[in-house]
Amino acid sequence: MPIIAPSKAQPEYDVAIIGSGAGGGQMAYTLTLAGIKCVMLEAGRSYDPQTETPMFMTGSQAPLRGAGTPDKDFGFYDATIDGGWDVPGEPYTQASSKKEEQFWWWRARMMGGRTNHWGRISLRNGPYDFKPRSRDGLGFDWPVTYEEIDPYYTKVEMLIGVYGTNSGMENTPDSPEGVLLPAPKARLSELVSQKFGKKLGIPFMPIHRAVLTKPLDWQNIPKKLHPGNEWAQKIVADSMMRRAPCFWATDCGRGCSISANYQSTTVHLPPALATGNLDIIPNAHAREVLVNDEGKATGVLFIDKTTGKEERIKAKAVVIAASSGETVRLLLNSKGGKGIANSSGLVGRYIMDTVGTKVTGHVPILENVPPHNEEGAGGSHTYAPWWGYKDQAAGKLDFARGYHIEMGGSRSMPIGNNPVPDDLVRGSYGKKFKQDMRRYYGSIVSYACRGEMIPNEKSYCELDPQVKDKWGIPSLRWHWGWSEHELNQAAHARRTFTDLIESMGGTVRHDKTEAARDYIEPGGKIIHEVGGAIMGADSKTSVCNGWNQTWDVKNLLICDGSPFASNADKNPTLTIMALAWRAADHLIEQAKQGNL
Amino acid sequence: MTSPSDFTPLFSRRQVIQMFAAVSASLGITPEANAATVGVADTFAKGYGTDPTLTKLYKPGDVWPLTLNAEQLRTVTALCDLILPADDLGPAASAVGVPQFMDEWISAPYPLQQEDNPVLLEGIAWLNTEASKRFSKSFAELDAPQQATIADDICHITMAKPEFREAAQFFERFRSRAAAGYYSTQEGWKAIGFVGNITSATFDGPPAEVLKLLDVEQTVK
Ligand SMILES: Cc1cc2nc3c(=O)[nH]c(=O)nc-3n(C[C@H](O)[C@H](O)[C@H](O)COP(=O)(O)OP(=O)(O)OC[C@H]3O[C@@H](n4cnc5c(N)ncnc54)[C@H](O)[C@@H]3O)c2cc1C
Ligand code: SF4
Repeated sequence: MPIIAPSKAQPEYDVAIIGSGAGGGQMAYTLTLAGIKCVMLEAGRSYDPQTETPMFMTGSQAPLRGAGTPDKDFGFYDATIDGGWDVPGEPYTQASSKKEEQFWWWRARMMGGRTNHWGRISLRNGPYDFKPRSRDGLGFDWPVTYEEIDPYYTKVEMLIGVYGTNSGMENTPDSPEGVLLPAPKARLSELVSQKFGKKLGIPFMPIHRAVLTKPLDWQNIPKKLHPGNEWAQKIVADSMMRRAPCFWATDCGRGCSISANYQSTTVHLPPALATGNLDIIPNAHAREVLVNDEGKATGVLFIDKTTGKEERIKAKAVVIAASSGETVRLLLNSKGGKGIANSSGLVGRYIMDTVGTKVTGHVPILENVPPHNEEGAGGSHTYAPWWGYKDQAAGKLDFARGYHIEMGGSRSMPIGNNPVPDDLVRGSYGKKFKQDMRRYYGSIVSYACRGEMIPNEKSYCELDPQVKDKWGIPSLRWHWGWSEHELNQAAHARRTFTDLIESMGGTVRHDKTEAARDYIEPGGKIIHEVGGAIMGADSKTSVCNGWNQTWDVKNLLICDGSPFASNADKNPTLTIMALAWRAADHLIEQAKQGNL
Repeated sequence: MTSPSDFTPLFSRRQVIQMFAAVSASLGITPEANAATVGVADTFAKGYGTDPTLTKLYKPGDVWPLTLNAEQLRTVTALCDLILPADDLGPAASAVGVPQFMDEWISAPYPLQQEDNPVLLEGIAWLNTEASKRFSKSFAELDAPQQATIADDICHITMAKPEFREAAQFFERFRSRAAAGYYSTQEGWKAIGFVGNITSATFDGPPAEVLKLLDVEQTVK
C-alpha cells in the first residue's frame, strides 16, 4: 500500500488518520505495525527528504542569497513547503485589531507537516506538569500521570533517537540508562554561558534533541519496542538501519536527506508504509468528520485539491492530528457546521502557546576568536532547564510556572542577512570594515525564554461567521490574551538574561525602558500551539478523555497538541508522540476486543 | 482583519515605471507607444511562490527581472567595492556577484525589498549628484581617495552632519545589504571566519587554543 490518489482508495479502512506530522505519523506507525489497515489524509503535497533537501546549498545559489521572504518566512532553504504565517487561499482572521490580542498561526502544508523543519528539541514533561492545578490551583490537571506516560516517552526516544544527558533536576525527568544518545560537545558561547551562568545559579547543560549522534542500535531497539512481534521488529530494524548518524554539518531546519534527525517523513512513515497497511492520500484536505445517527464516526469528507472535488473515505475509527487550530476547525465544521464532540462547548477553548522573549547581547570577550567549526548537530546543543522551583515554592516569584532557556550564539553559516549588527560596524568601510566584520562575527549571543502559559478564557478560536477558504470551508477566527503570570515571567527572563550578559562584560541590545507587554512574543509566535480540545476526567469540562478519545464520539481520537490540558515549558512534540503511541495502543486493545 | 503578515506581492509603482522605461529604451520606443508593457510587467510581479525547487542553482534575474540600468549598476558596483574591496581577507564584492545581488534585491517583489527600493535608488542617485558637485564626475569615475571624501561624510549614521543624515541612512542600509550578499558566499565565509558546510566524522567542539583563550573547559565528555 503506498501513496495514492483518492480513486485508488479501498472501500473501507479500519482507521482514517488526518494529518501526517508528529501525531499522525506516530499513530500510523503504531497502528500499522499492529496489523491495522489505515488511510492517511494529508492536505499538503507528497515530499521526499532524500531528493528534495538542499543539504549543502549555499546562499549564493539561492534567490536573495537565501534571505527569508513572505513566501519562505524562515529562509529560502527552510523545509517548509506551501506553508508559513500565511497560506495562500486559506485565510484566518483576528477578532481584535489590537496586536496583543492576535494570534500568529503557523501552518505547514506538506507530507510530514512541521516535523520537516522543527527545532528537534525533545523534552519530557515532568510529574508536576501533568498536575499543575493540584500544585498551585491554576489551570487544569491532566487525567493522566507522569508515571503513565513515562514508558511511552522512553519508547519514542528509542525510536526517533534523542541526544542529551540526564540532569537529575527537579521536574526534569531522566530517561532510563542507555536510552539517550551521546550529547554533542558544547560550542564556545555555550561553555562561556555555562561558566558565567553558574555564578548566577543558571544551570546550562546539554539539551535533548532528536538527532542521531551515533547509529541507532537496530539490533536491539526494535525488540524492546515491539516485543513478541517479529514481523514489526524486522520492519523497524530495516528502517533504522537506513538512518545514518549526523555528519556534523548543515542546518536541521532544511530537513535531513540522510535521515539523521527526526522527521515524520523519514522515521514514522517509511516503516508504516513498509507494513503494507497504510495508504496515504496527499493533497487531501479534510473538511468534515462524518458521523452516523448513533453519533459514531464513519469516515471523512475531504477536498481532493488536485481536482477541487469532494471525496469520501470510510473508516471504523477516525484520528485527527491536523494541529490544534485545524483540528478545532474540522470538529466545528463537521455535521454541516453544527459541530461534533462539543457537548462541553469547549472545542476551540484554551489555546496555548509558549511564553517567548529573547535577549541578545554583544560580548567583547568573544570577539576576534580564531575561526573554528561550530556547526555541530545543526541546531542547539545546550539549554538551561527551569531552576526556580524552590524560589517559587517559597513564594519569592511573582509568576506561577517555569521557563527554560534556549540559547544561540554559534559561528553559524552566514546566509541572507548581515551576520553582524549594523551599529557595531558603524563608521567603517573598506579594509577596516572587513576586519570589523571578522572581529564581531561570533560575539553576539542570545537567550530565549521558553515558558509555560496557563490556559485562560481569553485565548481561543472559533469559526469566522463570514470568511471562508478557497474551497468554501469556514475559516478560523482567533482571540488572544496573556495573564500577569506570563508577563511577569517574561520580565523575570529579561532581567535574568540581562544580568547574565552583563556579568560576561557584554552589552544587551534592547531598550531597557520597554514593558513586558512590548517584548513578550505575540501568541502563536513560538509555534507551540496546543489546546482547543483539552483532555480531562469529566466530560462536562473537557473534550477528550485520558486516551485522547473524544467523550461524545467514542471512535474519534485526537492525537496532536489539542488535548493538552496545560502547556509546560517543555516543547510539546515529544509529548504529542508519547500520547499518540499510548492512544494507539489503547485503540489496538479495543480492536482486539472487537470494539472497533 | 487579515492575518498579521498579510501581504500582496506587487511591484511598487516606481519599479513598474522603471521597468517600463528600461524595456522602452531597449526597444527604442516611447512610453505612449508601449503602454501595454505595464501589463507585462505585472505578470513578473510575483516571487518564487511557496514551493520553489530548492535543489537547483539560481542567479539574479532568474525569478524576477533585474531593474537597474547600466549607470545605476556602475554606481552600485563602485560602492560595493569601496565597502568590500579586495584585500588579504578575500576578493572584492564585485568579484563574487554582490552588485548583481543588490540589483536582484532592489528589484524583488517582496515588502522588505520594496521598502529598500526607494532608499537605495535615491541614495545611488544622490552619490552621483554629490560626485558631480564635488568632482564633476560620476561616482564610479572617481578615484579611491575622492570616493572616500564622500563616504567619510556618510558612513556614520549618528555622527553624520545634518545635511548628510539622509545619505548616511542610505549608506548604512546599503552596507548591510552588501555585507549580506558578500558573506553569503564561500569567499565571504573565509573572510569572516566561518568554517563549515563540510562533513566530518566527529564533532570535537572548539579547539584547545580557543578554550584556553576564553579560560573555559569542554564540559561535555
Ligand atoms: C520552526 C519550528 C520549530 C519548532 N521547533 C520545535 C522544537 O524544537 N521542539 C518541539 O517540541 N516542537 C517544535 N515545533 C513544533 C512542532 O513542529 C509541532 O509541535 C509538531 O510538528 C506538531 O505535530 P502535529 O502532528 O500536531 O502537527 P503538524 O506537524 O503541523 O502536522 C499536521 C499536518 O496536518 C495537515 N493538515 C492540517 N489540516 C488538515 C486537513 N484539514 N486535512 C488534512 N490534513 C491536514 C497539515 O498539512 C500537516 O501536514 C517547531 C515548529 C516550528 C514551525
Ligand atoms: S546537522 Fe546532522 S542531523 Fe542535522 S541536517 Fe545536518 S546531518 Fe542531518
